[in-house]
Amino acid sequence: MAPMTQAVAAVGLRRRRIPDWVWKTIAFCAIFVGLALAWESYKAIGRATGGTIPFTDIGLPVRPDNSSMPHVVDIFGALFRPVSRARDADLLVVLLVKNAVVTWHRAAVGFLMGSLAGFGLGALFARSRLLERGLMPFVVASQTIPLIAIAPMIVIWGGSGAWPSWLVHAFFLDEAGFSVAVISAYLTFFPVTINSLRGLRSPDPTAVELMRSYAASESQILWKLRLPASLPYLFTALKISATASVIGAIIGELPAGLGDGLGRSLLTFSYYYISGPPKLYAAIIISALLGITFVALVALAERIVMRRGYRRRMDDVPLVVQEAVEELAV
Amino acid sequence: MKTRKRRVAALLTLTVAFALVAAACGDDSADTTSAAELTPIKLQLQWVTQAQFAGYFAAVDQGFYADEGLDVTILQGAVDIVPQQVVASGQAEFGLAWVPKALVSNEEGAGLVDIGQVFQRSGTLEVSWADSGITSPSDWEGKKVGTWGFGNEFELTAAIELFDVTVGEIIQQPFDMSLLLNREIDAAEAMTYNEYAQVLEATNPVTGQLYTADDLSVIDFNDIGTAMLQDAVWVNAEWLAQPGNEDIATKFLRASFKGWIFCRDNFDECVQIVLDNGPTLGASHQAWQLNEINKLIWPSPSGIGVMDPLLWAQTVTVATGQGVIQAAPPEGSYRSDLAQEAVASLQAEGLDTTGSGFAPREVTLNPGGE
Repeated sequence: MAPMTQAVAAVGLRRRRIPDWVWKTIAFCAIFVGLALAWESYKAIGRATGGTIPFTDIGLPVRPDNSSMPHVVDIFGALFRPVSRARDADLLVVLLVKNAVVTWHRAAVGFLMGSLAGFGLGALFARSRLLERGLMPFVVASQTIPLIAIAPMIVIWGGSGAWPSWLVHAFFLDEAGFSVAVISAYLTFFPVTINSLRGLRSPDPTAVELMRSYAASESQILWKLRLPASLPYLFTALKISATASVIGAIIGELPAGLGDGLGRSLLTFSYYYISGPPKLYAAIIISALLGITFVALVALAERIVMRRGYRRRMDDVPLVVQEAVEELAV
Repeated sequence: MKTRKRRVAALLTLTVAFALVAAACGDDSADTTSAAELTPIKLQLQWVTQAQFAGYFAAVDQGFYADEGLDVTILQGAVDIVPQQVVASGQAEFGLAWVPKALVSNEEGAGLVDIGQVFQRSGTLEVSWADSGITSPSDWEGKKVGTWGFGNEFELTAAIELFDVTVGEIIQQPFDMSLLLNREIDAAEAMTYNEYAQVLEATNPVTGQLYTADDLSVIDFNDIGTAMLQDAVWVNAEWLAQPGNEDIATKFLRASFKGWIFCRDNFDECVQIVLDNGPTLGASHQAWQLNEINKLIWPSPSGIGVMDPLLWAQTVTVATGQGVIQAAPPEGSYRSDLAQEAVASLQAEGLDTTGSGFAPREVTLNPGGE
């Protein structure tokens, strides 16, 4: 018994000395290095066997040459070289980060609109089973239509002046940029609708009935009981939506005919792929980093809103109700 | 018990903060300050910024449009953008399109008119490796011949018919030269100003040096006689018929032609203008492209933008022969009077509008076109 306790204590001590984020960073780096090594060994094996799976005549699924799979070093090297030999050419990473900021602007506007619309729908459905049954199939269907088909349509609407200009300017966008935000919102609202509906329905029926018995109005039940209870669900959805909004913005930028943004960079680099494969991969890395950054921001917001102990109290439904009822009594 | 309210408030504040930060970071706020006396005009390109459209970017940069009283916005092309449709629906006054593609749109009721045939010849090639021995369309017998499809294949299919060859297989190639570079096809479609250069920017794995023109064998559709006219300025016939718009169109052509003359006579400066508008582009690739584009425009014996009726007839013959269009387009599908008027006034200013003494440059490509 004693040695085991000691071991547990030792682990506990080690945990305390090295903070959690260090472990996370180490794990992230280790996985990254592992993936890079796998990539490079695939290339090395491919070169050694002349492009076949070892000891067989079966061709490798992806050609191991430098145009199909550039070296990891070249990809990161490309980031820190000027994008072209033109006068005043930016470093690729500088150019991509500038474009990432532009894309994030559009994605964030889409995220905001999409989340509000999603939560609104969720709240509506939570209130009325009839509306839920009637509208939910359309909401689900909206997500089965490929974005590629919808994006050009939204861009054409934007081009013919569908968006009120005060709204466009309120977000510091232009018409085409706002179209991109709308496309991004289209991809964003769905997870928020589904999760806010679940979250708003999550309080125990007895809790709701207790609120009713104290003559709480439906809107009081929504704001004091349902909304706080839905927060954990909501934040899960917002994290999914954050990545979706970036994807939506990038796809939206392809038909929008805008001169900037990550979508345009990806399009240009894939168009000129053969003359510089590492650049496309570099652009993909920056796109991924943008998504990660956005999710991290939402996670940060989650931590601020749901401070320590909040989650535990939320599970403790009677306490929530008690608090809500106390507030009502005041 | 106010903590929960505060939390909800914090959530809302954060959301708003997100939006504000995002808004503040973005730098593509709409510019509302256009001079009141300029006529706003939109030009729809076929694709993203590149030297193929250099003359128009130069005309904006050098203020040629502003001199004519026009405030021209250049709309870049992108995936799924069809300039003919943009012009037909009135979202842009001017659009660039290849002649056969616009004629197809016209059969579908687009109602477009070619008012400036800027490119006087076709830039399409069918490229093979020199060691394949393919030097004429007859050599495609039994070979794998690539094309992009989507309306880019008609010069090729007309040549196949003309030479009465039975190709092994027609392969749909992606918009790059990887299939040829990997020797998965024997001949690949390429534009002189783009994909052909991409091969010359790639490293030969055997020598470790860039491929050279000697490694390649090129079939030029201009020589074969199945070439079709490409980039032209198109407008909506209904728009043009409205009073005052012919004047706007002539002014637009004047300034655009001036831009192209600028790019012929100020080569390096023009390349720089393109790179300023498209910072992701490779410098030597764009220099190569501008040089090739200049070759497609100059010389223009009757003046830049003025239609060569023989080439129009050849384009129509190939297009009807290949079933691209059902019937020959009606009279008035192109008109040269506006371009002629623009050319005459530029000549009066002492500008060389035919480029009879034009000599292309020698452009050295860097690896990757950088």
